[in-house]
Amino acid sequence: MSGGLWQHWILPGIWTTVQLTVYSALLAAVVAFGIGMARTHRLWVVRFLAGVYTEVFRGTSALVLMFWLFFVVPGLIGWAFVPMWAAVLALGLSYGAYGAEVVRGALASVAPAQREAGVALSFTPWQRMRLILLPQAVPEMIPPFSNLLVELLKGTALVSLLGIGDVSFAAYLVRLATQESAQIYSVTLVIYFVIAFLLTRGMKAVERKAKAGIGIDVKAQISGGTR
Amino acid sequence: MNGNWDWSAVADFMPRFWDGVLLTLQVLALGSLLSFSLGLVWAFGLRSASRFVRWPVNVVTEFIRNTPLLVQLFFLFFVLPEWGVQFSALTTGTVAIGLHYSTYTAQVYKAGIDAVPVGQWEAATALSLPAHRTWFAVILPQAIRRIVPALGNYVVSMLKDTPLLAGISVLEMLQQARLESASTFQYTEPLTVVGVAFILIAYPASLLLRALERRLVR
Amino acid sequence: MSAENAIPAPENPAATDELIRFDNVTKRFGKNTVLDNLCFSVKPGKHVTLIGPSGSGKTTILRLLMTLMKPEEGTIHVNGQQLYPTQGEKQLREIRKNIGMVFQQFNLFPNMTVLRNITEAPVRVLGLSKDEAEQRARDLLDLVGLGDRCDAKPTQLSGGQQQRVAIARALAMRPQVLLLDEVTSALDPELVAGVLDVLRDIARTTDITMLCVTHEMNFARDISDDVLMFDSGRVIESGPPEKIFGDPEHERTREFLGAVL
Repeated sequence: MSGGLWQHWILPGIWTTVQLTVYSALLAAVVAFGIGMARTHRLWVVRFLAGVYTEVFRGTSALVLMFWLFFVVPGLIGWAFVPMWAAVLALGLSYGAYGAEVVRGALASVAPAQREAGVALSFTPWQRMRLILLPQAVPEMIPPFSNLLVELLKGTALVSLLGIGDVSFAAYLVRLATQESAQIYSVTLVIYFVIAFLLTRGMKAVERKAKAGIGIDVKAQISGGTR
Repeated sequence: MNGNWDWSAVADFMPRFWDGVLLTLQVLALGSLLSFSLGLVWAFGLRSASRFVRWPVNVVTEFIRNTPLLVQLFFLFFVLPEWGVQFSALTTGTVAIGLHYSTYTAQVYKAGIDAVPVGQWEAATALSLPAHRTWFAVILPQAIRRIVPALGNYVVSMLKDTPLLAGISVLEMLQQARLESASTFQYTEPLTVVGVAFILIAYPASLLLRALERRLVR
Repeated sequence: MSAENAIPAPENPAATDELIRFDNVTKRFGKNTVLDNLCFSVKPGKHVTLIGPSGSGKTTILRLLMTLMKPEEGTIHVNGQQLYPTQGEKQLREIRKNIGMVFQQFNLFPNMTVLRNITEAPVRVLGLSKDEAEQRARDLLDLVGLGDRCDAKPTQLSGGQQQRVAIARALAMRPQVLLLDEVTSALDPELVAGVLDVLRDIARTTDITMLCVTHEMNFARDISDDVLMFDSGRVIESGPPEKIFGDPEHERTREFLGAVL
């Protein structure tokens, strides 16, 4: 593979993939926390609507959603998305729905007595959420979030079907140019694997730090486990 | 004028849509079977006593699980013919999905078996049960309770990944919608029908699985 | 003395100097009635101990006052203000500010240091400045004998130390009423005395009203002005500790005290 292909197609492709991952992950995180917390709200209407959101966006296929945002929504609202943002929206909304389940589960795993202690000190519901429940729940969310982040990274490859120049699309172009499929697709897979590896490693470090903040030692937890 | 909903466009799409549904379900059924059986092979490899088996199996499954299905799909679609293997797009797509998800089902099997308490193995040893009796009479019946609902969840995930096969022109639901749109220039109806169809299949399936999980995993 | 009116309740709650008043309060869990048409009242500054077999509804009374649960029937007044039936979330919160609670399982916030466990509510709820709240917290930590553990995390403390921090945390809100829910039941035996000493100290030196559920009968005898004996969701006997512990009238009280003393 010549240096020109790297410089003109693959490297910009990697950059696009990284950007897509970061933006979609940010949107997904906002959705996950918003919807996840809404599912613990005291009003049933709020819980119900958040539940509907989760079921709809977990039920639908991310790729179909992406096509729908790209081809159908412009007809409905009268203006088109930049392809990149249609992709970020589709990925963020659907992975956010999975993330909402993680947030809900982690909030539910905080001991109910912690909420009661918050009531006894006259905190408002929002103060209890912000000062007591979330700080204890967030470290629990990190391992499942780490898995979701890798799934999201893999999901960004879908954008190549919309013609967005991510690393998968670059691979497609390189294949057309060189007619050497095995080489370029092997390289592409390795690129994704390396990014996934770095993301997983990063999340492990974040987890260790977050758990230390509430007095849990991750290393002791693992060595004290079943193995 | 894509903004207005046109029921006749929906009606026109129906024949193609049902063809797409059938093909999607076919891919799903065969892909599931492949992922269930190949996953079992991986799981035995991961539990092997020899690290010369364990290590390579671990590397291969981790690699497949941490890279995009779509790229794997293109890899198989473009590279297999170079190696002299001529598969149809449909076969390639089914194999790609089955292979990708086998690395998930392998984890499901492994977790299910690991979740059986050590005491059960020890009890089987104490009773001098032969290996196959230990597996089939003691371990697997207990592991299966956790395995079945988890496998079901991955079948639903697989369903939602079948549209990726549109990328190599397999005529599943999304590709049928694209073809319909290309011939009628009406994007709204076919894509919306397909999107709703996924929710209508996936939601009851996940309800069913949750009920199953409650019954099996106490 | 009738069971429903262990302490006869005057007609008009607002006109009295009662701090807490239960009128015909009934609380059920499913078919199980834990409080049965309960009436009693507590005057300001009094230390009242609730005793009785487990499951007799003592803890439920504290949880109702703390608004952790609602009664099915009856009215509860605190300081002349109606707590139940509720007059809206805002009033609940106003009344709640006057009430502090110490739990059986301490329930310290593991994500905060000892100091922040105590300062957080005074700062966020009462609007104290950070310096004021920290000064108050340090004074209270000195009082409970933990002045040197400000920066520790709760998980680094023993159960007895955690419970003393929890007492300081409740007092930092300067509540009129302190609810103590079996505060020594989760502690190792050798740690119980330290916690009880702190509470004796507080009972002696402050004018805070205490409502205390405990199985420590000696402690109850020491600090109480009144003891209420519960059975099956009712007060079956009440009076000063000398009388309840020395010369109980009711057969059930004698049985119960015989079993625990």
